[in-house]
Amino acid sequence: MLESLLALGGLVLLRDSVEWEGRSLLKALIKKSALCGEQVHILGCEVSEEEFREGFDSNINSRLVYHDLFRDPLNWSETGETLPGGPLEALRALCRRTHPGPVTIALDSLSWLLLHLPCTTLCQTLHTLSHQDSCRGDSSPGEQVHVLGLLHEELHGPGPLGVLSSLAQTEVTLSGAMGQASAHVLYRRPQQRPTHQTQWFSILPDFSLELQGGPPLEPQPYPDPRVPSMDPTTHLTFNLRLSKKEREAKDSLTLPFQFSSEKG
Amino acid sequence: MFPELNNLLNTTPDQTEQGKLTLLCDAKTDGSFLVHHFLSFYLKANCKVCFVALIQSFSHYNIVGQKLGVSLTTARECGQLVFLEGLKSAVDVFFRPQEEPHPLQFLREANSGNLQPLYEFVQEALKPMDSGEAAWRCPVLLVDDLSVLLSLGVGAVAVLDFIHYCRATVCREWKGNVVALVHDSGDAEDEENDILLNGLGHQSHLILRAEGLATGFCKDVHGQLRILWRRPSEPTAQRDRSLTYQYKIQDKNVSFFAKGMSPAVL
Repeated sequence: MLESLLALGGLVLLRDSVEWEGRSLLKALIKKSALCGEQVHILGCEVSEEEFREGFDSNINSRLVYHDLFRDPLNWSETGETLPGGPLEALRALCRRTHPGPVTIALDSLSWLLLHLPCTTLCQTLHTLSHQDSCRGDSSPGEQVHVLGLLHEELHGPGPLGVLSSLAQTEVTLSGAMGQASAHVLYRRPQQRPTHQTQWFSILPDFSLELQGGPPLEPQPYPDPRVPSMDPTTHLTFNLRLSKKEREAKDSLTLPFQFSSEKG
Repeated sequence: MFPELNNLLNTTPDQTEQGKLTLLCDAKTDGSFLVHHFLSFYLKANCKVCFVALIQSFSHYNIVGQKLGVSLTTARECGQLVFLEGLKSAVDVFFRPQEEPHPLQFLREANSGNLQPLYEFVQEALKPMDSGEAAWRCPVLLVDDLSVLLSLGVGAVAVLDFIHYCRATVCREWKGNVVALVHDSGDAEDEENDILLNGLGHQSHLILRAEGLATGFCKDVHGQLRILWRRPSEPTAQRDRSLTYQYKIQDKNVSFFAKGMSPAVL
């Protein structure tokens, strides 16, 4: 299911943590979109444009439009280089794009936007952004908008997380074990029960997505019943059972604390 | 600097990485030994250092620095070290005309806005010299610590914005490094501090976390250090590396050993 995240339009939330970062998966999905011929707009708040484009070849990079909110998002340098209107206006400008054709919009990151914009405003804008095709009368399946939002889970309370969750068509939560990353994908189709799946994966240096069967070394807290376990009573240095003589000797032993009528 | 910590981090003053954000944090223990390590490390590496010292006085850091082989006085005099002594200059804010910008301007404001004056101080301190010749290897910003800014009324987002701008300028534009200490409140449920700690964690290339032992205070093992290498935007076929060591702080050195392998218990 991980490889078909972009099959339907709408908002895809990539929830990551400090230990299991999600930017490389975001870049892998962006690469997929670009290879499908889509134009990709990136609202970059957390890394510089050079750093984001690293690892992509020129073919992919030519399809990426990077809206730079990293260098001077709050206009502190007052050089006029910053995007006019700040983060909110930059986000709204993406809603007003007139370029035809399918497009992917990547928000790196939604967490940065959520920390700097009111939650309600951000959610309304996100809703407009991910439903652009329904605003136009003649939307065809090829004219979809995919919105990928990178969200750092630990930074937000349950309220904003819940609201963003309800806006999203797909939620991917990143975790892992034994050095291998996994993605838990929750897929909401309209008027159907949500489906979910856990997929182990790794991202190659060229940002291709490689699916794995499972973690390289699975921990086994319970022994596999098919494999006969070793008998623990072999090679002991002590006896587990008493012989008949030893049993008789044990039974006839008077314990020091036993009360008897013959008090000394 | 502590040679054993250099070995663990696989770095030496001659070959320091550039363009990196290092996050130091401590939980239930005092992680200031990490600050002293990086201060002496970068001075020995011939970097230009801007030290925003909000916790202790200059002489305190100088005394510890001398034990580690660096003289902060000499470094300051020759221009290698720009030292903002928070304890002293905080008072200056109230005794100078309001029009003059001060790096700790936020102390004077009723609802503290942002840390732009502090960022401009750092920018001024570390900007490359116009002469064109590189006297120092790379600029380094060191902050001890960021949690105290929260206590002084600055919001977590404002502190994150400050570090964001420092990263954009010092790390990205000037290929320097930023090192900052944040305390982990642990069970205290300090939401603002958690946002700051996790927010910085997501931006960091290296996280050093000093923790007290779960079993309590011990004479021979003062704590354990967790080291997490991250690559915020590069793919890894193999995930980020994480190591844990225990340590003991001595007079002029910190010794590190694998868990349970302290010489005192072997």
